[in-house]
Amino acid sequence: MSDNRQQLAGELQRHGISRRTFLKFCTSMASVMALPPAAAAEMAEKLVKIKRQSVIWLSFQECTGCTESITRADKPSLESLIFDFVSLDYHHTLQAASGDAAELAREQAMHDNAGKYILVVDGSIPVKDGGIYSTIAGMTNLDMLEQVAKDAAAIVAIGSCAAFGGLPKASPNPTGAVAVSDIIHDKPIINIPGCPPIPVVMTGVLAHVLTFGIPELDDMGRPKAFYGDTIHDRCYRRPFYDRGEFAKSFDDDGARKGWCLYEIGCKGPTTHNACATIKWNNGTSFPIQSGHGCLGCSEPDFWDAGGFYKAISTGIGNPGQWATGALAAGVAAGLASAYLNKSTKSKAEKNHQEVTIEDMGGKHE
Amino acid sequence: MNEIELLNWARGPGLAYATIIMVFGLTLRVFEILSLGRAEELAEVRGTGVSDGWKMILKRSLPEPRHWKLITASYIFHVGLLVVIFFFIPHTQLFRDVFGIFWSGWPNYVIDFFTVLSIAAMMYTLVSRFVDPTRRILSKMSDYFAWVVTFLPLVTGYMAFHRLGIDYTTMLAVHILSVELLMISLPVSKLTHAITFTMARYYTGSTNGRRGIQS
Repeated sequence: MSDNRQQLAGELQRHGISRRTFLKFCTSMASVMALPPAAAAEMAEKLVKIKRQSVIWLSFQECTGCTESITRADKPSLESLIFDFVSLDYHHTLQAASGDAAELAREQAMHDNAGKYILVVDGSIPVKDGGIYSTIAGMTNLDMLEQVAKDAAAIVAIGSCAAFGGLPKASPNPTGAVAVSDIIHDKPIINIPGCPPIPVVMTGVLAHVLTFGIPELDDMGRPKAFYGDTIHDRCYRRPFYDRGEFAKSFDDDGARKGWCLYEIGCKGPTTHNACATIKWNNGTSFPIQSGHGCLGCSEPDFWDAGGFYKAISTGIGNPGQWATGALAAGVAAGLASAYLNKSTKSKAEKNHQEVTIEDMGGKHE
Repeated sequence: MNEIELLNWARGPGLAYATIIMVFGLTLRVFEILSLGRAEELAEVRGTGVSDGWKMILKRSLPEPRHWKLITASYIFHVGLLVVIFFFIPHTQLFRDVFGIFWSGWPNYVIDFFTVLSIAAMMYTLVSRFVDPTRRILSKMSDYFAWVVTFLPLVTGYMAFHRLGIDYTTMLAVHILSVELLMISLPVSKLTHAITFTMARYYTGSTNGRRGIQS
């Protein structure tokens, strides 16, 4: 394994990347992760010295959108170079090997790098009925995760499915899908949610792990550098929200003027992600800039958090129906109560007996 | 349970339970009150009492010179509460979703103004309960309970909007839960007056009218 563990410096030269370009990359990485200015130089210094890091990428119940996100670029980028530099020893979609050879490569990597490799997981893990709803080479996802996680140095859960269960976990969750953190409790887990996550967030976190170790995480295991703020906090349409200027539909005057999309379902206020700052497609745009509200895809259970086109202030489900049902039940109970009151009253009147002073032992004077 | 799960619970099952309890409870109470009927007048009735009933509804809604500070504070927080509940834009979205009718909300700075005013007015009513010996003696736990469950949604809503204290998602969940507490309290506390105040005033006014008492 040591043969292919070249240092990044040599790899950069081979790809014709100048030191200046590389430093710019490190500076931007340090910047997006809100690291101090000196960290860029430190990161560059550490990155050029690192050996190829063995990575085993397991894909479970997923759509390959996360892999598409991290790899699909119209030209090789520095981010993809960093990704190339990592020794990706196992990845269904990207590896050339298949069948037994692929599984052997995974076992070989686990053996050669025991305790050192990084395990990347995308997709949720079905646990219902013994986990039979998703298998690879005859092994359930559950067994494979437990087996590979055992000797991993750290786990990176890529995408909302691996981080929180995602779409497969959506009600009624037929496969009993769970997140990586629901199964593995004895390894550091970094959650990089999103459907899919932003490419630079994935590579940025990877760069941080290689140079400075596990980044600072929030209570949901997400790197604070990328998930510390909500979309709403950083949204360029925020002033319209504050002024109460909202688009009412996707083609009204407000929408054309670029007003806030809260009323047509934007989940930005409760969604922690870096879309509004880093943006997508090399910083070109992000959903809100394109005129569509945030779906909240980097939050747990976003699929079950009410309609995508309903404001966050609305209920999940059908409050109108509940109210109607309760009103009908209230009227029925009220009528029953009224009947009881009336019958008690008439019963009391019927049983009423006049009592005179004499009955009580007194005398009229 | 993380904060987003708490929020989803508050917006889903929590809201369902609160809505069902509130609507069922209030409907039952109104029927119960109406079915009690009116006590038989033993003396000769002086009139139908209808106009006296309506007059009482109006009269009790007008300010009085007595205790003008307290009454003004009460006015402010009642009006403020109505404005905040029915004209804050996110709330109008909820009403549109539930009732299918929509009216325009007011700008956030207007709502903010009414919220702060209402909070201040409510604080004043609480302090006056402690300071005024008569009101202090008359106040029971149920009065303080009604104050707390009304005050909480205002404060938590203000804090959520301004991103004060804990993170927005959690604060929004706490705000919705506090509203649900208020909804559940409506049929089982003095807060039922939100629905029954016109009935009660009409009853008092018309009874007075039938007995020839000037209201």
